[in-house]
Amino acid sequence: MTVVRDSARWLLLLLLSLLSGLLPAATPQLQSWTTSKGAKVIFVETDALPMLDVRVVFDAGSARDGELAGLAAFTNAMLTEGAGEWNADALASRLENRGIDMGSGSLRDMAWVSVRTLSEEPTREVAITTLAKVLAEPRFDADAIDRVREQMLVARRQLLQKPGGIASERFYRTLYGEHPYAHPPGGTEQSLQRVDKAQLRQFHRQYYVGANAVIAMVGAVDRATAEQIAERVTAGLPKGQHAPDLPEPKPVKGGELREVFPSSQTHILIGQLGIRRGDPDYFPLYVGNHVLGGSSLVSILGDEVRNKRGLSYSVYSYFSAMRAAGPFVMAAQTKNDKADEALEVMRQTLADFVQQGPAKEALDAAKKNLVGGFPLQIANNGKIAQYIAMIGFYDLPLDWLEQVPRRIAAVTLADVRDAFVRRIDPDRSITVVVGGKAE
Amino acid sequence: MFQRLLLVMLLVGLSGSALSASAPTHEFMLDNGMKVIVKEDHRAPVFVSQVWYKIGSSYEEAGRTGLSHLLEHMMFKGTKTYPPGEFSRIVAALGGTENAFTGRDYTAYFETLSVDHLDRALELEADRMRNVTFDPKEFKKELAVVMEERRMRTDDSPTGLTYEQLMAVGWRASPYQNPVIGWMDDLRNMQITALKRWYDMWYQPNNATLVVVGDVDPEQVLALAKKHFGSIPAAKVPEPRRPVEPVQRGITRVVVKAPAKQPYLLMGYKVPNVGTAKPDWESYALAVAAAVLDGGASARLSRELVRHQKIAASSGASYDTYSRLPGMFLFDGSPTEGHTTADIEKALREQIRRLRDEPVSREELDRVVTQAIAAKVYQADSIFYQAMEIGMLETVGLDWRLLDKEIERLRAVTPEQVQAVARKYLVEDNLTVATLVPQPTDQAGRPGVALPVTKGVMYGD
Repeated sequence: MTVVRDSARWLLLLLLSLLSGLLPAATPQLQSWTTSKGAKVIFVETDALPMLDVRVVFDAGSARDGELAGLAAFTNAMLTEGAGEWNADALASRLENRGIDMGSGSLRDMAWVSVRTLSEEPTREVAITTLAKVLAEPRFDADAIDRVREQMLVARRQLLQKPGGIASERFYRTLYGEHPYAHPPGGTEQSLQRVDKAQLRQFHRQYYVGANAVIAMVGAVDRATAEQIAERVTAGLPKGQHAPDLPEPKPVKGGELREVFPSSQTHILIGQLGIRRGDPDYFPLYVGNHVLGGSSLVSILGDEVRNKRGLSYSVYSYFSAMRAAGPFVMAAQTKNDKADEALEVMRQTLADFVQQGPAKEALDAAKKNLVGGFPLQIANNGKIAQYIAMIGFYDLPLDWLEQVPRRIAAVTLADVRDAFVRRIDPDRSITVVVGGKAE
Repeated sequence: MFQRLLLVMLLVGLSGSALSASAPTHEFMLDNGMKVIVKEDHRAPVFVSQVWYKIGSSYEEAGRTGLSHLLEHMMFKGTKTYPPGEFSRIVAALGGTENAFTGRDYTAYFETLSVDHLDRALELEADRMRNVTFDPKEFKKELAVVMEERRMRTDDSPTGLTYEQLMAVGWRASPYQNPVIGWMDDLRNMQITALKRWYDMWYQPNNATLVVVGDVDPEQVLALAKKHFGSIPAAKVPEPRRPVEPVQRGITRVVVKAPAKQPYLLMGYKVPNVGTAKPDWESYALAVAAAVLDGGASARLSRELVRHQKIAASSGASYDTYSRLPGMFLFDGSPTEGHTTADIEKALREQIRRLRDEPVSREELDRVVTQAIAAKVYQADSIFYQAMEIGMLETVGLDWRLLDKEIERLRAVTPEQVQAVARKYLVEDNLTVATLVPQPTDQAGRPGVALPVTKGVMYGD
């Protein structure tokens, strides 16, 4: 019955806040401070909706796996499987009975836990105490470990039953060799079997610490409340140390890897080492790539591969800017007997682009798209939370949201040409081709 | 000129009907029968515009599947005014994003832009409502693209194939048996003339709904809608087929063999939705049943099948309250090592038996309602989602105001009603089961090569 009464209160609060929410919002104002446990906080106050997003990001992605592929993802998945006095059942009920969404995930660089909650008490209080405990006191119950292992093995099998999943795995392995970006973040069948409770605990102890955390917070709380929340979320964490710098990957020789898979399409990935966050070439490469294949349909690759030749449904290119140099990738997939044609068109497109650079009109159009579209990237709480978490994680300046459109607008034709010539060498690209034999 | 139907202020009070409201929603009707729905959301200086057509794969006939989706692709391939691809280039240069999607009951086109470009967005959409040119060369290429899309989404996706097969054998008469993307052979035989006829038949203002959500003034949206769409004359649009599915007389099974590594089970019971359930509370009771089973990690399927019995790595249930024709209440599961799809089926059917035989608890019902209330707030964070909900309801022939009654309708569901719908619909004779049986993923028929071994030759230097 309490729950029902609560809902009536929510309704009232919602109505009240909606009235105030009718005022136009400016560019989000970022506030930042550091908690006593050393966690950097980035906060945006917005009371248009009676909700709060808290996203806690750790430098604890698969790049920190060490010898055991999948350890980071495994640890991250264990956090929401029981904490403190709550086993997995109790934890899930505690959150869901109050309409609180908790999520977690990890990539190569980062791992995170996020909550989305209604912003009023007592719901918010439950969300915050639970989040704090999930971060600080995960239980690592034996049956939960077995269960997560099994889930990761199933995910692994599902990845390897699709040519696109295999191609992506081969691409990273080939491009990164011995670098910690090389292995699959989800682990391998062998490595997952080897993960045990002690390793999970150790990983958690080392990486889920204040100095290795960034808290992104967006929603209907004021600064003082936000400060309290940030303190409480990190209260149970040791201060610890930030994860050490990652090594820079070594460039590999260009080459081609082909693998047969019984599929009707062949998946093609072409790429090489790209850029790290903070790279001075970031904006010229980002804007240039938008012309090349970043803006999918309205791009040179989109024109050449899809619009002119009907070879592929999905064709694109991107630079993934990471802690250490992330990849530059071009991708497409086509029916098996067209694979060589698609591959040739993609290679030629890249070679031409590096040699000639973008056309003036195409570059202007790309800049208009990126600058004009920037407000869309930060148009709601969910998007802002993700964006500021990224700003915090990669130590970008606090005025980044204002810098981005300005710096995109400043990119010139010469900047793009120069950056692509220096950074992209088509002859040293690696190519991964996975698919069936031509009919 | 315009008949203003209604201006609905949603901030009406504590009746429980205003939960989805983040601002007033306004509904207008143009003289040509095109409906315009505007929802204000002034948090950011942007809007989403969506044009929804009442057309999709459930309108298609045997031999012509995939027509609606292919037509959606051709909508980007040139009009009398704009050459192929120009639509996308213009929107991109304005800083916008645009795309489209086709489902069983609808085809929708959207643009998200900053507020000063509403005029342009509506101009472009109005242009392609009637002026697509259907260039044969463009058609040929786009058909090839759609075939690639089918290969990617379905033919090379073991779970995609399983879903397609479940629908294909589960439905005897309902057009929900058609894959939205179409059968490959139907695509191969597709004629541009059929596409053109399809376009003329359904792409008419009186078969469309414009939904705009964002930092806009409703009167201004109406004026612009009138300016761009108002001059398009209404046309006679056929009544869509609504074939009645004959009563199923026993469980139906289909086995799907495909190169794969992970078995998978998908099963569906035929159920009515809010438009076809009599009485209509049945539909809300089915929605509650789905949420009791799969409303998160605390719900029954995760708790029982995944955590307690450990037979599934994941398991879910879903029910579509809003569709044009009766649909399926779906269950799925991926078995863990040492368990089979048969184990999952047995466990799922045990959960269904429980739903029939035992009343759901007060705590579960409270959880479902609380989650639904919170979800309404969270959904208000996305203008796209808000527009999508409205557009979808209108396009399947329902009133979008039903959205505002969702919470009170869910809250009114009793444990007895959940039992009643489980007894009536979740019964064996009404069930279709599809099982994915993995086949070797290397060509020679031997087990797949274990990772991390990589095959292939590197060249270079």
